[in-house]
Amino acid sequence: MDLGPHAAYIWSAYAAVGIGLAVLIIWLVYDGRRQQRLIDELEARGVRRRSGQPECE
Amino acid sequence: MSTLPQSLANPTRFMAFSAWVLPWLAAAACVLLTIGLYMSFTAPLDYQQGHAAKIMFVHVPTAWLSMFGYALVAFSSFGLLVFRHPLADVSAKAAAPIGAVFTLLCLLTGSLWGKPMWGAFWVWDPRLTSVLILFLLYIGLIALRSSIEDETLAAKLTAVLSLVGIVILPVIKFSVEWNSLHQPASVMRLGAPTIHPSLLWPLLVMAIAMSVLFLALYLKAMRNEVLRRRLKALHAHQVRASVELARQPAG
Repeated sequence: MDLGPHAAYIWSAYAAVGIGLAVLIIWLVYDGRRQQRLIDELEARGVRRRSGQPECE
Repeated sequence: MSTLPQSLANPTRFMAFSAWVLPWLAAAACVLLTIGLYMSFTAPLDYQQGHAAKIMFVHVPTAWLSMFGYALVAFSSFGLLVFRHPLADVSAKAAAPIGAVFTLLCLLTGSLWGKPMWGAFWVWDPRLTSVLILFLLYIGLIALRSSIEDETLAAKLTAVLSLVGIVILPVIKFSVEWNSLHQPASVMRLGAPTIHPSLLWPLLVMAIAMSVLFLALYLKAMRNEVLRRRLKALHAHQVRASVELARQPAG
C-alpha cells in the first residue's frame, strides 16, 4: 500500500496505537488471572469470606 | 424500581453482569475495529494533507476517549464522595490507567501527525499543552493513590483531586480558539460537521469501535479491582483466624 511521502509517520501512528492497546489488554488479562489464581489458592486452603462481609469500601 | 447503577451496587451482581457482557463487548470491538481500519485505509485522500490525514482516524478517537476517561473518573469520584456508591471508587481506580494510556496515545499520534503537517513533533500550543496537563493529572491520580497505604483515605484524596482537575476538560475543549496551531473542532461543534462524509464515516466508525473497546477494558479493569479487594478481604480474614487460633489456650 502506497501511503505517499509521509508513510512512515502514518504507520508509526497506527503501530503506536496497536502496541499501546495490546499492552493494556495483556496487562488487564494477566492481572485478572493473577488475582483469580491467588483467590483460588486461598480458598483451596480453606479460607472463606464471611457472608455479608463488604468487598468494597 | 432501581436504576442500573443501583442494581449493580452489589459487587457480586456486578461481577455476574460484567462476565456476561464483556465477551460481547470484546467481540463487537474486534468487528468494529476491523471495519473501521478497512474504511480508514480505503478512504479518499484529503485535498490538503493527502494520506497524512489517515492519522486522524486514530488520533481523534483517542483524544475524545482521553477526555471521556477523565470525565468518568470525576463522575465516579463524585459518586464516591456524595452518594458513597460501593463501586464508585472501583470505577474511578479502574478508569484512570486506561484514560492515561489513551491520552498518551493521543499525544503520540498527534506528534506523528504534527511533524509532517507543522514541521515539528511538539509545539507549546494551548491544545497540546492542555492535553499534556491532562496526562500529568492522570499520572498524579495514579501516583497519589499508590502512595497512600490506607485505601479509604487514598480513595477520598484522589476523588477530591480528580474533581479539582475536571477544570482541564473545558480548557482542552476551548483551547483551539486561543491562538492555537491546532485546527478547530470539525465534528463536535454547533452546526454540521465540516469534514466531507467520505472521511467522516471512517472517523465515526473508528470512534465507535474504540469507545466499545474502552468500555470493555474499563469493565475488565473494574472486575480486576473487585477481585483485588476480595483477595484483600480473604487475607484479612485469614490473619484474623490465625490470631484467634493463637489466643486459644492449649489443650
